[in-house]
Amino acid sequence: MPINYPENQIHESLAAEVCKPLPTRRTIFNNGMTVLAFTLTSLALLPLASVLIEILRQGLPRLKPEVFVSLPAPVGVTDIPDGFGNAIMGTLIMVGVASLISIPIGLMTGIFLSEVGKGTAMGNGIRFFTSILTGIPSIIAGVFAYGVIVLTFQGFSAIAGGFALAVIMLPIVALTTEEALKLVPTSQRLASAALGANHFQTTRIIVAAAVPAITTGILLAVARAAGETAPLLFTALFSQVWPEGLFNPTPALSVYIFNNATTPYTDKNQMAWTAAVVLVGLVLCISILSRLVFRRR
Amino acid sequence: MEDSSAQASDLTKVKPEFDILATDKQNLWLDQGFTWLLRFIACSTVALLFWLSWIIFQNAQPAIQKYGLGFLWGQDWDVANLSFGALPYIYGTLVSSGLALLLAVPVGLAVALVTSEDFLPAWVRSPLAFLIELIAAIPSVIIGLWGIFVMIPFLQPIQDWLYQNFSWIPLFSTAPSGYGMLSAGVILAIMILPTMAAISREVLLVLPKDLRSGSMSLGATRWETIFKVLLPAGASGIVGAAVLALGRALGETMAVTMVIGNLSQITPSLLDAAYSIPAVLANEFGEAGDDLHVGALMYLALILFVVTLLVNIAAVLMVRLIARGRS
Repeated sequence: MPINYPENQIHESLAAEVCKPLPTRRTIFNNGMTVLAFTLTSLALLPLASVLIEILRQGLPRLKPEVFVSLPAPVGVTDIPDGFGNAIMGTLIMVGVASLISIPIGLMTGIFLSEVGKGTAMGNGIRFFTSILTGIPSIIAGVFAYGVIVLTFQGFSAIAGGFALAVIMLPIVALTTEEALKLVPTSQRLASAALGANHFQTTRIIVAAAVPAITTGILLAVARAAGETAPLLFTALFSQVWPEGLFNPTPALSVYIFNNATTPYTDKNQMAWTAAVVLVGLVLCISILSRLVFRRR
Repeated sequence: MEDSSAQASDLTKVKPEFDILATDKQNLWLDQGFTWLLRFIACSTVALLFWLSWIIFQNAQPAIQKYGLGFLWGQDWDVANLSFGALPYIYGTLVSSGLALLLAVPVGLAVALVTSEDFLPAWVRSPLAFLIELIAAIPSVIIGLWGIFVMIPFLQPIQDWLYQNFSWIPLFSTAPSGYGMLSAGVILAIMILPTMAAISREVLLVLPKDLRSGSMSLGATRWETIFKVLLPAGASGIVGAAVLALGRALGETMAVTMVIGNLSQITPSLLDAAYSIPAVLANEFGEAGDDLHVGALMYLALILFVVTLLVNIAAVLMVRLIARGRS
């Protein structure tokens, strides 16, 4: 039921109400909060910009081809080439070992979560524990590898380092594989099943369709493992020489950066920045590329 | 007539690649075997978590038997005399993470709001959110390197100023060396910011448009809408983001190890050096020889593991609860 206001009165009072400017207090609050939000956002971008600029500024001048193929020079010796070729090689070896362990298991777990265990209590439980595993600090993975391998074999080794990295990679591979498989339309599964394919054959077809997305997930996990330091400090330790085998202490690029950043020698500090250029270049390229590809799908 | 029957018999002769009527053992075996293999491997991923807990618990036994729960409030850590207590590390871990959360929550919320509301055109918003997420991809050791050589020199004058003017407050009562709790808190805040911002952004993006329109059409300003409608509606998700960020902060190792100062002590001052559980694990495990020393470190790892596990379970459940409520 409409309320009957006298004609003229409503027009004037409403007009006055509507046209009244916002009270100063509310305007100030509104604009002030906008300014504050933008200030805080630029504050958040500041460290990222600073990190990237400093790495390039401090690291690039020393980035010569010889750093990739030389061993670390002893402190104070300047007439031989200084580099971290052994650390790059060690990182590649350990990430390789970790990939060999974690990718097959992670893939299978991901396939299980998306194709077999979907919606079942077992599937939900496994997904829950896998996501819990993602949240475990990387240093705990290192402690685990120390307990399983270093204590058993009485020595630091590339195997122990690779094992620790595998524990970090496994849940990432599993969960990204599941996400990738979820993107494949259900109609494709139904079509395959309708043609009489069994579980194994259907899964083979679905996985083939999801290969690009699965690859980006694996690349993200590899990038993450390549940058890890904490679990390597007491599983692979470090060495000043070329990697000697899977059962010996092995250098890694990230540990090289840590060691050189925390020494008092300016020369070595500079080398840490140079190694940082290499590591950040590697990690950021992988993760930006894979994210861009993933975003486009 | 004859033709068509001949065709039909031809058709039955064609052996299809996938034979639906086939019950031959190989097919059945492939199907069942494959499913069971997947089940087994998926279970082994979960078994890894239990194996991990068991190994850490088992190796912590020497320290657990010697100290029991008293380890939690023991205060001295003397490797030479084999006497161990965890309190300084627990204190350092909790305070630095709390400080990080205090700094990262408002900044993360601001980022989430700027990148989810229509302050900026869409082509600026998504790259901005992407850039912030990029911080998470930079290895921790490199953030630590930056912390030592860029952030600490930058924070030094600020810390000096705090000490000179506010040294009567216990929080700022010691002369700063640059390395300390405050630096650790700031660097942790930077590292958990992407988690906080990304998840809050997701939460804000899925809030129904009607909520905004309704509030705005009733005459609320943009920020009144944000504070009175959007943030309360997304509160559970935002709290979930903060809890997840806290989990990250508790376990973060390298960057903290490089800037916290690594002194096993408990002081109220934020400018003083401190220590954290991940940092002591990173620094001492490589040289630990004695069973009791390894045991004490494993005990510390067990404490960290249990705490992060509880925090992560809480966060996962919270985020899942919200996802369920939404669909």
